[in-house]
Amino acid sequence: MMEKKGFLDQLINGTNFDANSLSALQKVTLRAVVMSFLFFGLVAIEGMIMRIVQTGPTNSFLPKMFGVPEHYFSIMTVHPIVGIFGSTYQLVFAAFMFLVPYLTKKPLYSIKLANFVWLCITIGTALAWLAGFIWHYAPLYTLYWPLPADMEQFSLIGGFVFVVGVALIMIGTIGFIYNIYATIFARVGVHKDKTMKEMLISGFGIDGMLNLINKLRGKEPYSKEPALSLPVVAIFRGTVDTFLDAIVILGAGILVLVYLIAYAGGFSWDVHAVDSLLYKNFFWWGLDLVADGLVLIYVAGSWYLLATLITGQKLFMENVARAALLLELFVSWMVWSHHLLADQPQPEMMKLISGEMVTAFELLTQGLALFITLVTLWKARPLKITPELAYLLGGLVGFGLAVPAGIIQADMGMNRVLHNTQWISFAHFHIALIVGLYMTLYSALYVLWPLVTNNTKMFSKKLTWTHFWLYLIGGVGMGAFAGMAGLDGMLRRHLYVNGEFSTWMILAAIFGSMVLIAWFIFLYNIVMSVGIKGLIGIFKPANNSVASYGIDGEIAIKEA
Amino acid sequence: MFQTSLELLRFHWMAYSIYALLIISVIAWFGYNLTRKERVKSIVRIPFYGYIAFLVAGGVGHHIFTYNAIPWVEQDIKREDIKPDKVFNISIENHKWKLPKEQMRAKMGEQIAFNVSSKDLTYGFGLFRKDGTMVMQMQVLPKYKNNILWTFNECGSFDLTSTEYSGPAEYDEEGRDKMFIKDALVIECNKKVAMNSKGVK
Repeated sequence: MMEKKGFLDQLINGTNFDANSLSALQKVTLRAVVMSFLFFGLVAIEGMIMRIVQTGPTNSFLPKMFGVPEHYFSIMTVHPIVGIFGSTYQLVFAAFMFLVPYLTKKPLYSIKLANFVWLCITIGTALAWLAGFIWHYAPLYTLYWPLPADMEQFSLIGGFVFVVGVALIMIGTIGFIYNIYATIFARVGVHKDKTMKEMLISGFGIDGMLNLINKLRGKEPYSKEPALSLPVVAIFRGTVDTFLDAIVILGAGILVLVYLIAYAGGFSWDVHAVDSLLYKNFFWWGLDLVADGLVLIYVAGSWYLLATLITGQKLFMENVARAALLLELFVSWMVWSHHLLADQPQPEMMKLISGEMVTAFELLTQGLALFITLVTLWKARPLKITPELAYLLGGLVGFGLAVPAGIIQADMGMNRVLHNTQWISFAHFHIALIVGLYMTLYSALYVLWPLVTNNTKMFSKKLTWTHFWLYLIGGVGMGAFAGMAGLDGMLRRHLYVNGEFSTWMILAAIFGSMVLIAWFIFLYNIVMSVGIKGLIGIFKPANNSVASYGIDGEIAIKEA
Repeated sequence: MFQTSLELLRFHWMAYSIYALLIISVIAWFGYNLTRKERVKSIVRIPFYGYIAFLVAGGVGHHIFTYNAIPWVEQDIKREDIKPDKVFNISIENHKWKLPKEQMRAKMGEQIAFNVSSKDLTYGFGLFRKDGTMVMQMQVLPKYKNNILWTFNECGSFDLTSTEYSGPAEYDEEGRDKMFIKDALVIECNKKVAMNSKGVK
């Protein structure tokens, strides 16, 4: 039984957290996690500001500056940059940079590179945010050409800072990818005798597919012991999309930068030399690899891992799960056209095949992941509802709601009345991210917490559960009510100052504030667990250079 | 099945709300039963291949349903081969609409082609009812022919605005939408026009 501490003692020292006992791998993981949750708070506050502005004249307490179009759309521009890259990418990267060494029993390729990654993404996100806050650079994350190069509406310096910020995020992302692949393919430890071919076949899920085919033909399995465990396959596979997406975003950034430099040099280049439709296809192909590629794949892999760790049992239908990841490879690369269903010059055949038919396969791949996870849990019952299990179920609810909401809109008929409305923004991707993805990540956090913090006791279980319920109800409620505003015609990239949709927005703001309060509670619980001293200690150099977890000897230490 | 987008949106609201409540209830039921020690009797047994078939049917069938139930889908795909009753040519530049000189007016049931072009940025073209609900919209890409064919199976006055963000210059200092055009289009009631379910005369 732990002795009850006074408030100040608890705040400074936490429960039993000792930052000095952490390895280099644990520290670099926690640094990225801390930054991720700070950015989450920022993004939640931004979201609330936008909701309140949209309530119209009923809001009298918010400073007027937030309703000024230049400022409002700056917030809307940086909101997804901070949310997706500053927060989500950092949290996912942190989890995977810890998990890959943990699961493969090999050291992380480079701790230095891992530190470079979180610093790069943090600085890049801060720069992109400053470009909006100070210089009001606001072409939105979609960067529809030629808006980002419109120097009549935006300042040159704002554009420069924004592009440099996003480029830094992408460079950090490429650093993460290199680190992960170098770790996965390192031929040490359990992979000492594996060939590159074996690991690649496993990484792409081809062995799972061949096992299934052999089973149908009554033959022996192609591989009884796959070279890579299933969660590592998902991480490998999702990272392919992460790489392609980084290249596309960097490409778009270079294009914008070239025009900005030309403008700064006094040249007035014709922005229409770049075809707006071709650009849109190129950009959405890349951007969609985040939404319909890596997120779904990383999430599926996380569900499989969490289900097996929570139940302590093997995954149900593992070969099908591996094959589904291979299928998702083709699906995620071919679905971008559902973002262009409202673009009349887009060829109808691309709308039909890429926009509708291939996109519909996401129902299949995500439905399979849901099924496999649920059956794995079911076969292990009775289970105790722990925070990690509850958050996992919350994550399943999130995607159970969000994926069909997106599939419904990926239809030529429905898109005509739903495109660019709050429906897609809230009923689809806010629920997918806030409820689906983040609740999965919270589950992972509670599973990994003892491993990453050396069994630090959580300050309060009550606060953990309060966070869970507030977050779940708030996330679903906000998504539902703002989504309904979309059905009533509310556009998502539009400013309403007369309270046209104020009822829905007030309801969305009430539920949104629950998400914000939940974040405060979570943060409080974490700070009271690790203490201010511990929090600072996370950012101090590690006393030991161990770059792995759970293995001993020479292999564990890669570098200081 | 649906004559106007409003009918479709109401149906969609109802259908999705039922689905949302169902999926939340199923996961909640599942979570509760995970904790029970006694063997749980299945309400319904879903074989794996049945589940897969359901997902495929849902994904593909959804499009088949909308193609047959929503009048504007077929009309949109075949728009280049259909001779419209009315054509309105519209252009946009510097966040300003250049509408036909005379009030845009048509009769209910007529097939109307809107040809919209942009000289600078990407905009949107969206028509809205007086209660703010959307009739239809499309993207307007610069230097491209952006056309949509629409049959209004409802009458009244409709407002116009851009449905795509084109920078803060679309708004005045107070945040009012400068591209909003009240009563941009008037559709006269015409009860004599008989429509088939696809909206094609």
